[in-house]
Amino acid sequence: MKQVLSGNEAIARGAWEAGVSFAVAYPGTPSTEILETVAASYKDDIYSQWSPNEKTAMEVGFGASVAGARTLVTMKHVGVNVAADPLFTMAYTGVGGGLVLVCADDPNLHSSQNEQDNRNYAKFVKMPLIEPSDSQEAKDFMAFAFDLSEKYDTPVMLRTTTRISHSKSIVEFGDRREPNKIGDLERNARKYTMLPGFARPKHPIIEDKLKAIAKVGSESCPLNRIEMGDTSVGIITSGISYQYAKEAMPKASFLKLGLTYPFPAELVKEFASKVDKVIVVEELDPFLEEQATLAGIEVDNGKDLFPICGELDPVMVANRLAGKAMNAVAPAPDLPIRPPVLCPGCSHRGVFTILKKLKVFVAGDIGCYTLGALPPLESMHTCLCMGGSITMAHGIAKVMGETYDRKNKVVAIIGDSTFFHSGVTGLIDMIWNDGNAVVIIQDNRITAMTGGQENPGTGHDLSGIESPQIDMEKLVVALGVKPANVRVVNSYNLKEVEDVMKEELDKPSPSVVITKEPCVLQFRIKEEPYRVDADTCTGCKVCIKVGCIALSINDEGDEPKAEIAAEFCTGCSVCAQVCKFDAIVK
Amino acid sequence: MKTTNILLAGVGGQGVLLASRILSEAALAAGLDIKQSEVHGMSQRGGSVMSHVRIGEEVHSPIVPEGECDILAGFEPLEGLRQAHAVKEGGVLLYSVDRINPSTVSAGFAQYPEDVEEQLKSFKCRTVAVPAVQYAEQVGNRRSANVVMVGVMSNFLEFSDDIWSQALTAAIPAKLLALNIAAFELGRKHI
Repeated sequence: MKQVLSGNEAIARGAWEAGVSFAVAYPGTPSTEILETVAASYKDDIYSQWSPNEKTAMEVGFGASVAGARTLVTMKHVGVNVAADPLFTMAYTGVGGGLVLVCADDPNLHSSQNEQDNRNYAKFVKMPLIEPSDSQEAKDFMAFAFDLSEKYDTPVMLRTTTRISHSKSIVEFGDRREPNKIGDLERNARKYTMLPGFARPKHPIIEDKLKAIAKVGSESCPLNRIEMGDTSVGIITSGISYQYAKEAMPKASFLKLGLTYPFPAELVKEFASKVDKVIVVEELDPFLEEQATLAGIEVDNGKDLFPICGELDPVMVANRLAGKAMNAVAPAPDLPIRPPVLCPGCSHRGVFTILKKLKVFVAGDIGCYTLGALPPLESMHTCLCMGGSITMAHGIAKVMGETYDRKNKVVAIIGDSTFFHSGVTGLIDMIWNDGNAVVIIQDNRITAMTGGQENPGTGHDLSGIESPQIDMEKLVVALGVKPANVRVVNSYNLKEVEDVMKEELDKPSPSVVITKEPCVLQFRIKEEPYRVDADTCTGCKVCIKVGCIALSINDEGDEPKAEIAAEFCTGCSVCAQVCKFDAIVK
Repeated sequence: MKTTNILLAGVGGQGVLLASRILSEAALAAGLDIKQSEVHGMSQRGGSVMSHVRIGEEVHSPIVPEGECDILAGFEPLEGLRQAHAVKEGGVLLYSVDRINPSTVSAGFAQYPEDVEEQLKSFKCRTVAVPAVQYAEQVGNRRSANVVMVGVMSNFLEFSDDIWSQALTAAIPAKLLALNIAAFELGRKHI
């Protein structure tokens, strides 16, 4: 059977075929659909769950592996930073059932805060690295990855990029391998209890494993292949770069690598000896090239041709590799950009409107609400990492000292999923260390930015089954926020938001302000739209400043007037509340 | 057989990705190779969305090389114009005539180019204006404008009616199928 699958869907299929029975993740673009596909299509054979963050996901997955199950753990590139603590030591312990970490990198930052090249983690952690070039390989390489993990007693990283995860191609299906039999729990403290005395002897074992796997990569690995052609240039490449290079120079000689770490130096040497010169085509860091150079293999400096920053693309590769000039037509000049925006009716809009009015400093976090940093709202001033809003606000507030000058007051803003991810420990930090910032938790009842996933506060698990709901108000009170400082406000009632924020900003101890209005996009909320009464509207444009695409100014008449597009308006009322002339009506 | 390069450009929420899926299913049903690439994530929030579809005997890159696009479907005129330079000389540029203001325009930071259609027609390719939303409203659901666009595109792809029917059935949920077949037919007859 053949289907057109995205790389992510193919990875889910590959996990099923490889006999995986346990899958765990925290959502993150471009990795999210892997677990969604597992939960939707393979739920009878694979237990799957979202975890609150990538570290807990990795540890839960490791537990499943220790118990003997073949286990899939997935996350986006920056998620691996969060999960790095268990991951590094898992290389020492090794695994029970095979464990594959799928990590989805995001060159060009389509939906991320940086473009780190996570292939470096494979080298740093000392674990094998596998890179597929299309959906068929994404599926097929999963089986290889699990076999490698069990044979060499090591976690394995399968690394994709956005163009692998979110590109679709034809995949031929295979059968499911019998899952591992789960027996009684085995006690093996020397393997799994990393006291210094037990861990020390593991390190040389890892080094030996890497040498053995490098030999596999050079001699017998079906993922690494030489495609001989014209010998004037030999191209070493992996992942999506292979596709661009193959298209640019179909007749050249290729060393296509799928098992890229440990570096198959002997195979690379063999290939290099057959061609006049070698060039490495790779996105982001010169990961393969550095290792080739270290192995004493003469390679052209690929990074003179291909940038370290951003994505490669087929035109760039064809131009720079093959000297092919493309018919370059200039893009139409000066077009207005169309950035992503908070949806019409978004429950974040009113809060940002008030924060802007109060002129406070806003330490932000990661989610849809990060769009509050863009014009016209422009009321977020930092965004670093998951959970960083609360801790940064604490640090900033400590330095600014006791102040009632609002422009030097700091407010943290964080979503529900991000709060459960790693905001909770930040809040403990602030409470414990006598902090005084106001924390706004924008609980829109879903993990919205990644397309609507459940989280610990929604009352449902990955499969949509009802689950215990972590009570945010009780939680923050239990952590030590004074009950009088925990305020639940209606994010669509601007006066209420403003009054409560003013009260809490004036208190000397930490406050938590919670909104609970659900995501309009995910819950498909649409009420009777508002309209502008043209006779009352003065064209003052105050409503436009809430940044809603349902609103615009119509310049066609004698005087400019605001206008509301009924098909976009959800009837949220935020613009009607900022209108000083009551011109926005139902 | 030469690879056919298709770009679909629109606004988050317009159904660009479903339209791409229909094209992919048609290629699969016809026994051809297919690569399709899109970027989602932040683009769902009303930003520009672009999808690449490549159909041929053996396709490597999932990205259409700029300047080699055979068919560009702009689901919104400005988004069509943003990618118009990617169309090769003699290619086809379809665009839905229905404008959607970017947030930068509604907020008054920028002007929507009034001459967007003239600019679209200035490129060295065949342009086809499509009243996609009007057609979609005729079949009873303005959200089917994306499938209208696929119907128009079908005139430039050598797939049989049977292949298109298989593709629509594979890509669209059963309860919305009849309505979308009607939308597809209106698009197909537009030329």
